[in-house]
Amino acid sequence: MTVPVTPTLLYLDNITVSFDGFRALNALSLAIDHAEMRAIIGPNGAGKTTMMDVITGKTQPNEGTALFEGTHDLTALDETAIAELGIGRKFQTPTIFEMHTVEDNLLLALKNRRGPLATLLSRGVNQDMVRIDALLERVRLTAQRHRRAGELSHGQKQWLEIGMLLAQEPKLLLIDEPAAGMTDQETADTADLLRDIARSKAVIVVEHDMTFVRDLGVKVTCLHEGSVLAEGSLDAVSANERVVEVYLGR
Amino acid sequence: MRTHSLFDRQTILVLSLLAAAAILVPTMNELPPPGSALHLSDHLVPLLGKYVCFALLALSVDLIWGFSGILSLGHGAFFALGGYAMGMYLMRQIGPRGVYGDPILPDFMIFLNWKELPWFWHGFDWFPFAALMVLLVPGALALVFGWFAFRSRVTGVYFSIITQAMTFALMLAFFRNDMGLGGNNGLTDFKEILGFPVQNGSTRIALFVLSVLALASGYLLCRWVVGSTFGKVLVAVRDAESRTRFLGYRVEHYKLTVFTLSALLAGVAGALYVPQVGIINPSEFAPANSIEVVIWVAVGGRGTLAGAIFGALLVNAGKTWFTAALPEFWLFALGGLFVFVTLFMPRGILGAAGDLWERSSQKLRARRSPQPATHAAE
Repeated sequence: MTVPVTPTLLYLDNITVSFDGFRALNALSLAIDHAEMRAIIGPNGAGKTTMMDVITGKTQPNEGTALFEGTHDLTALDETAIAELGIGRKFQTPTIFEMHTVEDNLLLALKNRRGPLATLLSRGVNQDMVRIDALLERVRLTAQRHRRAGELSHGQKQWLEIGMLLAQEPKLLLIDEPAAGMTDQETADTADLLRDIARSKAVIVVEHDMTFVRDLGVKVTCLHEGSVLAEGSLDAVSANERVVEVYLGR
Repeated sequence: MRTHSLFDRQTILVLSLLAAAAILVPTMNELPPPGSALHLSDHLVPLLGKYVCFALLALSVDLIWGFSGILSLGHGAFFALGGYAMGMYLMRQIGPRGVYGDPILPDFMIFLNWKELPWFWHGFDWFPFAALMVLLVPGALALVFGWFAFRSRVTGVYFSIITQAMTFALMLAFFRNDMGLGGNNGLTDFKEILGFPVQNGSTRIALFVLSVLALASGYLLCRWVVGSTFGKVLVAVRDAESRTRFLGYRVEHYKLTVFTLSALLAGVAGALYVPQVGIINPSEFAPANSIEVVIWVAVGGRGTLAGAIFGALLVNAGKTWFTAALPEFWLFALGGLFVFVTLFMPRGILGAAGDLWERSSQKLRARRSPQPATHAAE
């Protein structure tokens, strides 16, 4: 085992990703601590989603270092291996298994053995059901348990996906626009839920909705053209002249 | 929890129908005198046996296509390979009774002036070895082919095209005399299987019953797989493959497992098919055959298992009737059926019937609940 080079949970240094000459990420550096929640903001095309793609192994960076727990080189692993390390992701549009029931969606996400043989012999034991009960309670879907996930409302789908993330028991959660398409009440509830989650796990939230980000009350990183423009409390970041320039146009 | 019990209503229905077939067909063939309305004539027994083998093949396609979204247009290849393994055993059973009377070499090898048995024919005179090869050869091909394809994330139509290419390439290879498997003519003139004459009525009945048993076991196996968490992962892969990856599942391992399992089923189907039709030749590898299997599944109802069986039996019975009554129109009828089902019953006949059933029972429940008194009297 190599000695961790950094005490932080997630460490991105000098990450560059270019698509056909366009630099989606440009020497991006970011560090997330254990049980820290961070909000990422930035205009469209700032590289927020590409950054998540790099962390989860969907996109290989052209250069740079991406370390998880100081020892795991994320650039050398694929999606499955990274998920097994303990990084869970919620997509911008809710991506759930629409044909499966709410319960089965959570069952598939539960932290269990993932091999074909293990699942072939498994049929959802009581122990799993207890864990699912607790998750359903937490994301308020107990009443929807046996419905097909495809029949849920948009907000419920978002919450189901957050529930699936929790079921994986990850160390780091990447959450892409959780409040998109939600009512004000749902948005406020989601902020509560995320704050609750962040007590024990690291969370990165990408969000456009400033009220929501304010609700979260955490450190904010503003991305622009693939690199970090400003970092700090929301008030400090929104007072930053460069940030105002980027958001309002010059 | 929604019931995923092995013995749900559909399973019981399928198994009882298969049991009825396994009892009725032999009885109707043996007991009523020929000429009686209840008599099932001798030539129909192997024909029905053939349908049952096709149903098992369709089942194997439904397992991968219906549940994990892998559309194989080359499953006929696994069927044919299982058939060839059985054919090689049957050839070795002919012994000195061939036209040229050679105790070891099959006729076609004498004809080609071969002096000794090629290496890969050794062992096929022993039934357990041949039976093992029925599983091993299609399984190994599926494993190797699938490993390369799934590892490189070949999906969708690209996967379908390379499976077509695979079966086409095998067809060309098996057409060659040098291949040592009878070339164009394939393997035929079988005499005995396990000491029983293949042409005998009782052997044919035994083969029919065995085919039904194989189909029933195959169906139960598929149900078991689909009902497990593994089966749920398959459906997840079908509907949202990359999401499944982000959940930490090795999608390629899942696809490879189910693809290989499916090839094994197809191989068994081919092995039971060959002694009943009495011949196996390279035309079984024809790309069109594999496409036809997909049509059976689509007609019956993809992703229902029972639908695959139903579709295979229905379309093949139709084919038998059509090719006798209106031979020129069969392909038009088949094409028309496929277009009709795709347009108007995208979930196949069983899928549409299931929807109808659900809707009417919902209506019934809705009608019953507000005023239970009036209906209770009926």
